[in-house]
Amino acid sequence: MHVVVCIKQVPDSAQIRVHPVTNTIMRQGVPTIINPYDLFALEEALRLKDQFGAKVTVLTMGPKMADQALRKALTFGADEAILLTDRAFAGSDTLATSYALSSAVAKIGQTDPIDIVFCGKQTIDGDTAQVGPGIATRLNLQQLTYVSKIVSIDKDARQIVVHRRAEGGVQVLKTAMPCLITMLEDTNHIRFGTMADAFRAARYTLTEWSATEAGVPDVTHCGLRGSPTVVKKVFAPTAKTVKATPIAGDTPESLSQTLIDTLFSAHPGLQEDLESRVASNSQGA
Amino acid sequence: MTEPATSRPAGRPVEIDERIAAYKGVWVFIETERGHVHPVSWELIGEGRKLANTLGVDVWGVILGPQGEANIAAANEAFAHGADGVYLMEDPILAEYRTVPFNKGLCNLVNTYKPEILLLGATTLGRDLASAVATTLATGLTADCTALAIDLDTHSMAATRPTFGGSLLCTIHTLKARPQMATVRPRVMAMPPKLSDRTGKIVNVALGMQEQDIITKVLDYIPDRNQDQAQLAFADFIVAGGRGLGKVENFRLVTDLAAVLGAEVGGTRPLVQGGWIPQERQIGQTGKTIRPKLYIAAGISGAIQHRVGVEGADCIIAINSDPNAPIFDFAHYALVGDAMKILPALTEAFRNRLSVNRKTI
Repeated sequence: MHVVVCIKQVPDSAQIRVHPVTNTIMRQGVPTIINPYDLFALEEALRLKDQFGAKVTVLTMGPKMADQALRKALTFGADEAILLTDRAFAGSDTLATSYALSSAVAKIGQTDPIDIVFCGKQTIDGDTAQVGPGIATRLNLQQLTYVSKIVSIDKDARQIVVHRRAEGGVQVLKTAMPCLITMLEDTNHIRFGTMADAFRAARYTLTEWSATEAGVPDVTHCGLRGSPTVVKKVFAPTAKTVKATPIAGDTPESLSQTLIDTLFSAHPGLQEDLESRVASNSQGA
Repeated sequence: MTEPATSRPAGRPVEIDERIAAYKGVWVFIETERGHVHPVSWELIGEGRKLANTLGVDVWGVILGPQGEANIAAANEAFAHGADGVYLMEDPILAEYRTVPFNKGLCNLVNTYKPEILLLGATTLGRDLASAVATTLATGLTADCTALAIDLDTHSMAATRPTFGGSLLCTIHTLKARPQMATVRPRVMAMPPKLSDRTGKIVNVALGMQEQDIITKVLDYIPDRNQDQAQLAFADFIVAGGRGLGKVENFRLVTDLAAVLGAEVGGTRPLVQGGWIPQERQIGQTGKTIRPKLYIAAGISGAIQHRVGVEGADCIIAINSDPNAPIFDFAHYALVGDAMKILPALTEAFRNRLSVNRKTI
């Protein structure tokens, strides 16, 4: 069994700051991490390694420094790591990204056929959730998004049963491999890697592919040129024209009284709404 | 001047403008699951109506599902909310959502009737389907938009969404491909007024697939027990906390106030990541978008990530010790001070003021 995990190196969003004057992202010194959602995908892949002896290949597209994310994935126990890096990929939107990644996945599958491609639900920097399904669509893989659980895998029949989070419930889906799974968050916990994996990761020679080496058929589909979406404007939201009404008080108690007086006189009906809500709650309890 | 060949995705005809001009009208995917229409569909019809009015075109809904009376009812609802027509694709294959038949059905409709804009709800179904459709059609898709408008210079849709983990907003256009696609999260757009005397056309289209050709099978559907799920998106009163609360023990102050108000409890992304609250109680761009009558935010700084999720609230009360916190830029009432001291006082004050509480004590 061979599984490929697509990961992304992202800036640690908790530490991003916006320049107050220029409104540009201050990237300097912001540490990078593996996209947290991808760790659920990686752990699920590693469980298939435990269970079936699956080979786990991690793949990322990004600048040269994205090798850090791959090396980190190796310390958790991934077997192989491939970095897709080329200036031609710069400025890719989700369509161009799934094009490049799907070419690389297809190339990986040529030497060692793939059973499952794993992705995170989405990234924390783009938050689109579009690249995983894009890869599935391009490679004609059965698309299983928001998977909360792999119920069973029949290796010989090449069939898989999963739980998929839907609106208002869970779908139990049965499909054939190869398939693409995007893992839902909080479905597992990434393991601590072993010392052996840490040593191996440090010594491991990463495979680095350019667009040509990855077998990308047409570089005009990559990067800015291959991206149908155009970012026209980046801006900070403007403050509301009407400023917030400041509520002051000498003590928390007087402040609370002032707030409630102001609130109920400015929003007639609110007190009644709250009272009927509380009344219906206590009836239900 | 001819366009440099490199600016054109390969395999497209040279007459790009003519090709784009063939696409007309605004479409909204009407999401139905087991006969139930997701209300985000109506919110999008309202928003699609505004775009269509600017462009001088019609709004059409698209319904994919099994045969049934529910489809006609859904179509009539679509007309009442502002749609001019509905494309209806009925097939038993479409009884449960699966990517392949829904993708094929929707792409076939787009390729036949050529809409210039296609909107879907940013639900698990909508995001799954929109990504597959945009990839199949090689067109642009902007996820989780918070504002949609028409740029009259380029005659294209300006789709605004938060970017860089929610610290800035960006406006995205799809200039050289059609349809221009966008997803919008539930509750981000207001529900349009319903005019029950509005009518429209229904056009039936066949899916043309065989069940045996579809590899993925739905074995079962396990509905959530509704009582267990936080109904944040539709709650009228919500109290939420953020990192400013300091430690997880202090979150009880939020819960206490919520109990007195009969309110739902929520929090920011860092609180979910820190394990203070479950993911379903996250408010913001990557959590729930809310439109309550009253929203009380304690110890929340108000990053765009959070702001876009709460701006639809009628009234926002912000408690924060930092007078320069961005939340005061969009709150209605500003309480500058220590949330750990203000929350208990506020809880007591509301408890005394609301008559129902007095009676029960």
